[in-house]
Amino acid sequence: MQQTMRPKAPFSGSLFPQARPASRRSLITAFVLGVLLLLVPAPELLAVNHILELPGRAFYGQANINAAADAGAFVLLALGLNIVVGYAGLLDLGYAAFFAIGTYSYAILASSFHGIHIPFWIMLILSALITAGFGVAFGAPTLRLRGDYLAIVTLGFGEIVPTFLVNLDNLTGGANGIAGVDQPLIGSFAVNNNISFYYLVLVLAGFVVFVINRLRDSRLGRAWMAIREDELAAASMGINTTLTKLLAFGLGAGFAGFAGTFYAAHLGFADPNQFNFSQSVLILCMVILGGMGNLWGAMLGAILIYLLQTVFLIQINNWINDLGRSTHFDFLTTLDLRTNLFFIYGITLVLFMLFRPEGLLPSNRRRAELHPETAAISEAERQEPYDTREAGQADPNTKGGSQ
Amino acid sequence: MITVALLLQQLVNGISKGSIYALIALGYTMVYGIIELINFAHGDIFMLGSFIAISVVGLFGINNKVPELNNPLGVIGVLLVAFLVTMLLTGTLGVVIERVAYRPLWNAPKLASLISAIGVSYILQNVGLDWRGPNQISFPPIIPGESLRFTVGGGLVIIRPIAIVLLIVSITLMVLLTLFVQRTKLGKAMRATAMDRETAQLMGINANNTIALTFFIGGALAGAGAILYGMSIQIVQFNVGFQTGLRAFTAAVLGGIGNIPGAVLGGFIIGLVEAYSDTFLETRWTQAVVFFVLIGILVFRPSGLLGQHVTEKV
Repeated sequence: MQQTMRPKAPFSGSLFPQARPASRRSLITAFVLGVLLLLVPAPELLAVNHILELPGRAFYGQANINAAADAGAFVLLALGLNIVVGYAGLLDLGYAAFFAIGTYSYAILASSFHGIHIPFWIMLILSALITAGFGVAFGAPTLRLRGDYLAIVTLGFGEIVPTFLVNLDNLTGGANGIAGVDQPLIGSFAVNNNISFYYLVLVLAGFVVFVINRLRDSRLGRAWMAIREDELAAASMGINTTLTKLLAFGLGAGFAGFAGTFYAAHLGFADPNQFNFSQSVLILCMVILGGMGNLWGAMLGAILIYLLQTVFLIQINNWINDLGRSTHFDFLTTLDLRTNLFFIYGITLVLFMLFRPEGLLPSNRRRAELHPETAAISEAERQEPYDTREAGQADPNTKGGSQ
Repeated sequence: MITVALLLQQLVNGISKGSIYALIALGYTMVYGIIELINFAHGDIFMLGSFIAISVVGLFGINNKVPELNNPLGVIGVLLVAFLVTMLLTGTLGVVIERVAYRPLWNAPKLASLISAIGVSYILQNVGLDWRGPNQISFPPIIPGESLRFTVGGGLVIIRPIAIVLLIVSITLMVLLTLFVQRTKLGKAMRATAMDRETAQLMGINANNTIALTFFIGGALAGAGAILYGMSIQIVQFNVGFQTGLRAFTAAVLGGIGNIPGAVLGGFIIGLVEAYSDTFLETRWTQAVVFFVLIGILVFRPSGLLGQHVTEKV
């Protein structure tokens, strides 16, 4: 920390290999992915309009398009949390609180519960702002805490917010929640069926991906990653760490508000019981299993996990029960995977941490961090039972400042 | 209507609850002190401990229909066996979890072990769910006897026999733990490992065994807490570990995480906060109150009440 650095060039090139314009390959991937996602409801549209009914309508039908639209909301959430956890390296265990605030902002300001009907598009911005405001308000006093302590404070917020939602009956409808939330209008066209909601969330997700992609490569995005790598080093390079972390927290919360607005509009209902700790962990799982710090990873994680619990699990369960019946294995016929959902999540989390901590689609940087066998590590270091190097925020493996 | 009797009654309730939190908080604080990991699974070890205890006392014919024994020697015998077996099993569970889910992650970022801990917590909760089902189940009180009744300023203060047993058992365990950590060679090894693992290893301390021992003691204390909780609240459920564990963890942070007397102090404070909040606010606000206390402490005194401020090393 003794060498002098000129504050004029805080981000030297070699430190940030990721900060570069999108390559041609990733553009093509994004384009193909976009077209595929646009085509998801196509078979159902053909069937509804009696043009052509492809086989397997149970799979591509309304219920699953509905699930896909909800999965979209979780994609938005995972993208937002990815800013906080993946880019800035701040572990947030209460992200569902911001989701709740977003959902309730829309439900309170656009339903017959209070007789206020602000249009969806205005609310999209407004509730993102409200939620970001809460994020900043929660973050301002607490973000100077480090690592685990911050995680616990966010967990605390995650418990406090639902308590308020249930107890402030007059404002939030208490334990009953708020029903009859307004549907979005596009001109005079009401977004009121699953397919139009699916396309709505696709547009929203596309917008958020664009914004976050630009953010990541901006000065702010690079500052986030610098803080994640080594907060002290980042501070000594002239980054205002408090402000930068606060922006990550606020923006992350804002996207949760965005997601919450869509979610409330799609469900038509705000329920205070769905924003508990397991919801926060679920979103965190999406980011981590997908690949922390990587936009595409977070999206993949969200889609896989959400569809796993709503669609695939039921199918797999049916197959297992059928298998049990045909093989006369009583245990398999009565096995209900849905009551063992926590077990599945738990074992997945542990196994992923043990064998693939970087997630399915990691960012290059994280892969390099988590597989240090490619880097030079002495035999003595490998023998240590635990990482004894200084606890540098979330990533003690950084080669930079420690010791 | 606030009376002296009500205040005293809640003091009794708060201390009872607080001593359970203190026992669980010790497990959090010791593990954090030695490997800087928030052991999310600890609360669920506590939950499984209460389930194990139900089975153990069931072997002696104590269950919902025969909830109490009238033979004092019998009560002591049953309690002794229940404590020993439960503590042994929960302690072993703690060691197994450390071995399987935490130790292989020594080379990974700290976040990885935290996530792994959350995963283990989910697994244990599901084990509890499959074992005893989703509903509340009753825990036999085991200890018979009349409650002590005092009249204070026109109001009645009731002290149940379990409240006295609870205090005696938990204070005994805390004293034993303090003696163990301060006076024995193994305790010294634990303190050394917590302070600086590398140097401790150079001094010939087997860090792996010391860490396993820490997990064993933490798990055993959670098991003891589980029996006391069961006898006192008399209702357990598969998800009780999360809520109780969270409050116990709050207690550990409040006292200064890594600090053993701090965890005990924090446990009693959280117990009292909870008791008074339940009475003077409403039960439904208690959760928020507890976490406001936690956040307040972390914001204004991040090292906790008894913790020492650690300057960050570069």
